[in-house]
Amino acid sequence: MEILDIFASAGLWAAVLRIATPLIFGTLGALLCERSGVLNLGIEGIMTFGAMAGWLAVYNGADLWMGLLVAALCGALFGLLHAALTVTLGLSQHVTGLGITLFASSLSYFLFRLIVPIKGTPPTIVPFQPIDIPGLSDLPFVGPALFTQTAPTYLAIALAVVLGYVLFFTPLGLAVRMTGENPHAAEAQGVNPITVRYGAIMAGSALMGVGGAFLTLSAFNSFFPTMIQGRGWVCIALVVFSSWRPSRALLGALLFALFDAYQLRLQTAVGKAVPYQLFLMVPYIMSIVALVVMARRARVPQALMQAYRRGER
Amino acid sequence: MGPPFSGRGVAGMSETPVLRLSGISKRFGDTIANDAVSIDLARGEVLALLGENGAGKTTLMSILFGHYTPDEGTVEVEGRALPPGRPRAAIDAGVGMVHQHFSLAANLTVLENVMTGTQSLWRAKSDTASARRKLAEIADRFGLAVDPDARLGDLSVGEQQRVEILKALYNDARILILDEPTAVLTNAEAERLFSTLREMARQGLSLIFISHKLNEVLAAADRVVVLRGGKVVAERQAAATTKEELAELMVGRQVARPKREAGKAGDVVLEAIGASLVVDGVPRLSDLNFQIRAGETLGIIGVSGNGQGQLAHLVSGLSAATAGELRLFGEPIPTGVEALVEAGVGRIPEDRNTEGAIGEMTLWENAILERVRSRRFSKNGFVDRAAARAFAATIIKDFDVRGGAPDRRTRLLSGGNMQKLILGRNLHDQPKLLIAAQPTRGLDEGAIAAVHTRILEARAKGAAVLLISEDLDEVLSLADRIRAIVKGRLSPPLAADEANAQKLGLMMAGDWNKDSQHGEAGHAL
Repeated sequence: MEILDIFASAGLWAAVLRIATPLIFGTLGALLCERSGVLNLGIEGIMTFGAMAGWLAVYNGADLWMGLLVAALCGALFGLLHAALTVTLGLSQHVTGLGITLFASSLSYFLFRLIVPIKGTPPTIVPFQPIDIPGLSDLPFVGPALFTQTAPTYLAIALAVVLGYVLFFTPLGLAVRMTGENPHAAEAQGVNPITVRYGAIMAGSALMGVGGAFLTLSAFNSFFPTMIQGRGWVCIALVVFSSWRPSRALLGALLFALFDAYQLRLQTAVGKAVPYQLFLMVPYIMSIVALVVMARRARVPQALMQAYRRGER
Repeated sequence: MGPPFSGRGVAGMSETPVLRLSGISKRFGDTIANDAVSIDLARGEVLALLGENGAGKTTLMSILFGHYTPDEGTVEVEGRALPPGRPRAAIDAGVGMVHQHFSLAANLTVLENVMTGTQSLWRAKSDTASARRKLAEIADRFGLAVDPDARLGDLSVGEQQRVEILKALYNDARILILDEPTAVLTNAEAERLFSTLREMARQGLSLIFISHKLNEVLAAADRVVVLRGGKVVAERQAAATTKEELAELMVGRQVARPKREAGKAGDVVLEAIGASLVVDGVPRLSDLNFQIRAGETLGIIGVSGNGQGQLAHLVSGLSAATAGELRLFGEPIPTGVEALVEAGVGRIPEDRNTEGAIGEMTLWENAILERVRSRRFSKNGFVDRAAARAFAATIIKDFDVRGGAPDRRTRLLSGGNMQKLILGRNLHDQPKLLIAAQPTRGLDEGAIAAVHTRILEARAKGAAVLLISEDLDEVLSLADRIRAIVKGRLSPPLAADEANAQKLGLMMAGDWNKDSQHGEAGHAL
């Protein structure tokens, strides 16, 4: 297979959308937190926990959608913890986030082991199936490339649009952005920055949980403790890449997924001549390059990582 | 809003005051910030709250606006008490506040800054159309034109302040509080602000502005309330008081700014020969030619933004001339800050908080920052703390840095005392050249007098002084010769004794070429 022919295969593009989905959820979640002024490095752990909790719910007989909901609720709970520590107590957002990642990752493995005893092969569930969209899915090339996804993928793309609308066209979104830029100004205008931050962190963390659950409920059908594999950190970078804009976050996630899907196929195309580890690096190197190009123009929320205390300036 | 009200100075009328503060007291630990303060404000009145830094002005206004809860006392707006500690209640009652450090978001647009929090958070869509209309109406009514779609961070400081005022008016403020509104403005911007304030008062708004500048208090206010040590010490009609009286009331004793005495100029210390500076392809300073002699002060006046900052950077060793040169005692000026300091150049930077001192560091650390590598403060690669502390202690004592101790953090000092620390660090060893950029910006009368005295002392002891200032009174009382800087070019010098406001105004407008007697060649003074 020629290196460029890969782009002509519908399978590549279908894989791009599938790989991008958890990144879209995670990036939107992290973006929402950061727009309110709080960095949430708990994302890696929250995604792991969401993957575990969602899978476990379905494994125990819940509906797949109920599984996503459980993952969202668990994410929101970790968000509540992050908010209590960083907003109310004003602790370092970096340290708290990393702590939550360690805590949530370990806890998910612990609970998983407790509830699902070790067997030879990990237990599985029946995941989300691709939806057949009448008319679109049958189109030549475009159909198999773009319209053979499961429902959560379409949900992720819709969410990017919704979040963009909320942030830029509603009073609530303006309040969130103002809180991330200057919480004192928000307060002076009668918006309570503490409430806004709690809300944004919990909602954002819920999205992270859903992003994790996509892996166990749609992309795969079982849970492994290491399955998030740094996707959370990629999301954090994508937020910067996106300049804190949902539309660009969507674009960034798709771009990263494209590199990832491409390198997977490149491995087979080139064969053993080049060590596959080099290909594994490609998306990460590309994301660093993209960050260097994009981030220099980025407008960081001015109050990001600054604790807010009333009456203090 | 109420009907237009045409009178000024309506204090003492029988109508209920728009705003009444009664018996406000507030303590922070052992410090009494406000002690039983009572103030009334009438409709259409401009009230100045005058006091030195630390007199309790800002605390009082923060209580009024609900940022702080008072220990005692009440705030009444139009006869109704405001619940303490709730900004939203103050906004709803028609109180608007323009903070000294603006409460604005640089990354949001003007309209977004103004709109935040004004519509129900659960609306499905922001009503930008009507917000835009309302903003335009207000801007039009008070002459506060700003582009609603401009990103706030791209606006000048004066424009940002206009947005801050618009924000208050948008919330239907009828009482507007301005905390040191001119602290960050250029003179021209301040003039414009005062005419806006007058217009707002004419239309029935009531205004309080906080200030420690006597000129502007007299120019803009109907009535002046003087605060000292957290108490109201006096109340005067602006028309019936003088600058001298207010200065004395504010400081509690007579203060007079010192004035330069005739001196004898010595050898040339600093000479600029065709010095130019181009930054990012934009010429900032063009063909500067001047000399300063020992024991002489050259004052540079001008509207801010005409190259003052670049000039200060150039002579302070922070940037190098792109053409021409600077000579110190006839030699090319040494490059690098450290070499300059070693050569006897003292520098008072324009912004003491960002360029002068590091707030989070201790006084002794700041005292030696410019010469950490000097033998005097280091031994074998380690900082000689004992020597550094002793040096800091000497500065604190000799320069009267109040509230200072070598191991205290510098940001705990007031602006005036921080400036004294910076002065002390530079003047302790009697510099041969002193560069003072806006040395008294934001300081109160007492501190200004202290800084002026020190600068005059340095000159009397033989230092050449380059004074860059927007304060004409300051330049007239300190400088021997005055030049104006306009678009990066220097006017010919004018002897301070021959200067008057009209001549200086023409100079600052760049109108010096018409005057043929100043048509002399560049660096012959």
